[in-house]
Amino acid sequence: MASAVATTASSPQAYLRSLARWKPIEIAFWLATLLPFALVPNYLSLASQIAIAGLFALSLDLILGYAGIVSLGHAAFFGIGAYTAGIISKYGWGEPISGLMASAALAGLVGWTTSFIIARFRHLALIMLTLGFGLLLAELANSMSWLTGGVDGLQGIHTWDLLGLFHFDLYGFTAYAYSLTVLFILFIVARRLINSPFGLALRGIRENWIRMPAIGAPSRAHIRAIYTIAAAMAGTAGALLAQTTETVSLDSLSFERSAELLVMLVLGGAGRLYGGLVGAIIFMVARDQFSGTTPQYWYFWIGVLLVAVVTLLPNGILGGLSNIAARWRKT
Amino acid sequence: MTRPALLTRGLSKSFGSLVVARDIAISLPVGARYALIGPNGAGKTTLINLMTGMLAPDAGRIFLGDDDITNFDPRERVRRGLARTFQINTLFPGLTPLEAVTLAVCERRGISREFWRNIASHREAIDEAHDILSRLRLAEECYRPTRELPYGRQRLLEIALALATRPKVLLLDEPAAGVPPEESGEIFEVVAGLSDDLTLLFIEHDMHVVFRFASHIIVLVGGAIYTEGTPAEISAHPGVREVYLGTRRHG
Repeated sequence: MASAVATTASSPQAYLRSLARWKPIEIAFWLATLLPFALVPNYLSLASQIAIAGLFALSLDLILGYAGIVSLGHAAFFGIGAYTAGIISKYGWGEPISGLMASAALAGLVGWTTSFIIARFRHLALIMLTLGFGLLLAELANSMSWLTGGVDGLQGIHTWDLLGLFHFDLYGFTAYAYSLTVLFILFIVARRLINSPFGLALRGIRENWIRMPAIGAPSRAHIRAIYTIAAAMAGTAGALLAQTTETVSLDSLSFERSAELLVMLVLGGAGRLYGGLVGAIIFMVARDQFSGTTPQYWYFWIGVLLVAVVTLLPNGILGGLSNIAARWRKT
Repeated sequence: MTRPALLTRGLSKSFGSLVVARDIAISLPVGARYALIGPNGAGKTTLINLMTGMLAPDAGRIFLGDDDITNFDPRERVRRGLARTFQINTLFPGLTPLEAVTLAVCERRGISREFWRNIASHREAIDEAHDILSRLRLAEECYRPTRELPYGRQRLLEIALALATRPKVLLLDEPAAGVPPEESGEIFEVVAGLSDDLTLLFIEHDMHVVFRFASHIIVLVGGAIYTEGTPAEISAHPGVREVYLGTRRHG
C-alpha cells in the first residue's frame, strides 16, 4: 500500500508520486458503482440520486475538507444549477449536456462573485455568511415565483434524449448512467486538482491559515479559485437532479439541503474525496429504508449515527476504516 | 558603505496607553548575526511583527535594502526577501515536512496556482525542498506528518519553512523556545551554519547562546532600545547587568 511505499521511497519525488497513485481499492470502488445496473435494476433512480448527492458532497469536500472553509449555504449553488437547467429546459432547450454546462457556468459565476467576501472571513463569521447567502437566495427564489414556480416547484421541464440517443426512461437507467459518468469525470478533475501544487496550497490553508502569508502564499486568491470551482461543481449536481427528475422545488436551495450535505460529508469523512461519496451512499440508502418504515422518525436515526460517528470516528467512517487498516498493516 | 539589509527608522506602536514600540531605529548590515534581547514584555516579538507587517506601526518607516516596505502586506514583504519564524510553532500539522517545504517553494516559484499537473512532476521544486530539509537535518523524517515529529525537529522545520522563501533577511523569534538546553545548541549550530549572505536577527533568552552566536546585541526594554553593542560591550554594561543579566531568568 501507499504508506508502506512511503517509508522506503527511493526519492522524495517518487514518494510524492506514490501518494497520488490509484490504489486497488479505488478501482474496486468505481467498478462497484456499476453493480446497481445488474443487481438492483429497480433502484436505479435512487442510485442516480446518490451519485448526484455524491457529486454535491464532493464539491463541498473541496472547500471544507481541503481548504477548511465551513459552508452552511452550499445548497445555494446546487439550487442555482437546478433552476438554471430547469428553466432552460422549460423554455424550450432540453439538451442535457449544454444545459449542464450553462448551469455550471452560472453557479460558478455566482460563486466567484461571492468568493470576494467569503475569502476575507474565517470560522463562525464564515459559517454565518454562507448561511446568510443561502437563506437570501432561497427567499429570492420563493419571491420570484413567476420564474421559479415558487412553492409549487418548477413545472414543465422536459429533458431531451442524451446525445440524441438515450431516452430518460422511467427505470432510471439513462439517469444513473448519465449521473455516474458526470460524477466520475468530475471526480477525476477533483483528484487531479488536489494532487497538484494548487491542491497542496489548499491543504496548507486548512492546516495553518496564519502561516500561509509568512511563506508568501496568496491564500485569498487560492480560496477564491477553489470556491468558484466548488460552486460550479455544486451547480452541476443541481442541474443533474433537475434534468433527471424533471422537477425543481424550493428545497433544492434550502438550508436543510445544505445541512444534510454537511452531515453526509462528516459521516463519510472530509478531506479524502471519497468521504462525500461514501457519506452520500449511507445517508441516501438510510433515508430510503427508514422513511419507508418510520417516516416521521427517520432523522432520529441520522442523529444517532451522526453523534456516534463524530464521537467515535472524528475523521468520519473512512477515517476510521483507514486507521483500522493502518493498524492491521503494522501487526 | 553598502546599504543595510534591513533598516527601521522611528518605528512606534501603542495599544491604547501601552507603548509597545517607541522610536525604534535598527540597522542590520548584510550578513549580520544580531541578537535581540530584553525582559518579558519588552516588545521583542512586537518588533518582529512590525517588521514583517503583521502589525501596522503608528509611525516610522521600514526599509528592506533600497525599498521602503512600510506599506507592504506581509506576503509582499516575504516575496521581497524578509522572512520570519514563530516563537510558538506555526506549522502545518497534517502535512509532512517535505510537503510543507515544497508548498513554500512552489509559492515562491509562482507555480502554486497550477492545478492540473501532479505535484510530483515539479521535480526542481521538490529537490530544492528536500535539499533545504537535508541542510536542517530533517531529511530522514521528512515523510512523517509534522504533528508526529519530536518538538526539537518541529523547531527546525520552522526555520526550513522560512528558508524556502529564499530570504535576504531572516528574523528568528526564539528559535529554541521550549527546547531543553542540551538540544538548543543543535538548533543554533544549524542557524550559525546558514549562508553568510543571509542577514539574521534572533530573539533569545539564554545569554550563553546569545554571547556565543551573536556578533552584535540589541537590548530592548519597555518598547525602546536601551542600548546596543558587541557582546563584550553588553556584558560590561552596568545598566544591562541590572535590568537584564542581574535577574536570573527562567524560560
